Amino acid sequence: MAKVLMKGNEAIAESAVRSGGLCYFCYPITPQSEVAEYLSRRMPEVGGTFLQGESEVAVSNMLYGAAGTGVRAWSTSSSPGISLMMEALSYIAAAELPTVVVNIVRTGPGLGGILPSQGDYLQAVKGGGHGDYRCLVYAPSSVQEAVDLMPLAFDRADRYRNPVLVIGDGMIGQMMEPVEFKEHDFPPLPPKDWATDGCKGRKPNVVNSLYLDPVKEELLNRKLAAKYEKMKQDEVMYEEYMTDRPYEVLLVAYGTTARVCKTAIKKLAEDGIGAALLRPITLFPFPSARLYELARPVKFLMSVEMSCGQMVEDVELGVRCEKPVHFYGRQGGLVPTPEEVVEQVKKRLGKGA
Amino acid sequence: METIFKRPEALAVTPTHYCPGCTHGIVHRMIAECLDELGLRERAVGIAPVGCSVLAYNYFNFDFQQASHGRAPAVATGIKRGRPEMIVFTYQGDGDLASIGMAEIVHAANRGEKFTVVFINNAIYGMTGGQMAPTTMPGQVTTTSPFGRDVAQVGHPVRMCELLATLKTPGFIERVATHSPKHIIRAKKALKKAFQYQADNKCFTFVECLSTCPTNWGTTPLKALDWLEENMVPYYPVQNFKDLEKQGGGDAD
Repeated sequence: MAKVLMKGNEAIAESAVRSGGLCYFCYPITPQSEVAEYLSRRMPEVGGTFLQGESEVAVSNMLYGAAGTGVRAWSTSSSPGISLMMEALSYIAAAELPTVVVNIVRTGPGLGGILPSQGDYLQAVKGGGHGDYRCLVYAPSSVQEAVDLMPLAFDRADRYRNPVLVIGDGMIGQMMEPVEFKEHDFPPLPPKDWATDGCKGRKPNVVNSLYLDPVKEELLNRKLAAKYEKMKQDEVMYEEYMTDRPYEVLLVAYGTTARVCKTAIKKLAEDGIGAALLRPITLFPFPSARLYELARPVKFLMSVEMSCGQMVEDVELGVRCEKPVHFYGRQGGLVPTPEEVVEQVKKRLGKGA
Repeated sequence: METIFKRPEALAVTPTHYCPGCTHGIVHRMIAECLDELGLRERAVGIAPVGCSVLAYNYFNFDFQQASHGRAPAVATGIKRGRPEMIVFTYQGDGDLASIGMAEIVHAANRGEKFTVVFINNAIYGMTGGQMAPTTMPGQVTTTSPFGRDVAQVGHPVRMCELLATLKTPGFIERVATHSPKHIIRAKKALKKAFQYQADNKCFTFVECLSTCPTNWGTTPLKALDWLEENMVPYYPVQNFKDLEKQGGGDAD
């Protein structure tokens, strides 16, 4: 298929439709409202469901209800809206329902601003809602990658019966890039024999997260924990850049920031400084094992983010605190420039700018 | 021998945890009878709330989802929009529906979601041990209104049927009571009509059931029935507020 020029938010919407994400609930919030606007026109064409709810609280509970009947239900929002969805996400994880939620992250805390940010890393990766659960988290760094990750997100949500988050900063949502919608082929999924789609010919199904018996609750907790361990084994995705030649610095960055780092690495190479990049594509599970291997030759690592360093602790854990981990980031909607990253790397190397 | 009374197929064969004199059991049974009589059991999905009836999924014999506090109308919206062929009802108490879930119920009603809401109003939070609800009567003593509900501080009880009846969209809104055979027969008729409207894909349907809570009211089951009649019925009139049949359409002003 030929490439088309599309805005990130619209491309995500179209990719979800092509992935069978035909039941979409939303509440408007900048900078992702184009997803809803696109789908309000697109869903009727494909016989899908589009509904604008009264709040993100309601929307996320609509996801719970719809996902519980076995349809591919999903939503998009941005940071303050995602916070409101956390209640239901916890229930969705506990009831083992599949859903996909895209967070086009804006600045915070609080109402923050509408510019790009990576300040929701901890919320996405460490839980967000209450209780002992995790989400599988994908972080695209281009519109094309966002398009490619949507079908995978739906597949993994179904396969693991767990919420999957796709984290794009405002840049990914708002930027226009050429994209191609590829055919994706996944192995058959197990039947959704747990869904509440009518009890004809079978015993009633119950979608539930209430466990008053501590022994049964513990069994659920351990079942979920085993699921997250399996994700750590099977689902880690990352990209390496310039790791096939000598380097003394390893940058770690995801999303838009990773693209900035690639430019910085090219500039550093011009100055004879070998730097490489590890770009996590899955934020949970984090590519810790590969990080450890790649960190062997380096003097230090540097986490580059549009936050105050929310990913640093995962980088430190990945390298088992055997090497120094520095941080450089911009906040407030400001994006680090390649020049800033170059300067930071040189400073840490004692080479001055 | 002719069978004149039996357990509805839509009720599970299990004892409930409800207190003696609680009217949840009566409403459960009426719902089950309606679904059986209309042949809807195999398409039914109930939504259990947070509250005393959180375990309702154990007491019915069809599919169920358990919702977070107050969100049952949003969950039901998701089910009904995702699979319109399902017969969906929420079962919600007064704290759930009229306090924490006020936004969800109002907007589901206003969108005209084609499911049925069964609203249990017993003027108190039951499960958490008898705290004041939005529907608690003026002067009523609860664990969080030990001197009686002071309307100067917390306002008057919320009348949900009246509130929702101000909306143009909903097609069926009725308040019934569960404290006497006469009222129970009327309640069953209202519930059946609500499910029939849903089966015909007509409109949003809402049935409020005035109910008792002898345990948290601090009284006996029999006295609780009298208390409902004497205190609740005068403030919460038992009547129909909206009916497609009477108004000749879903969008009459």
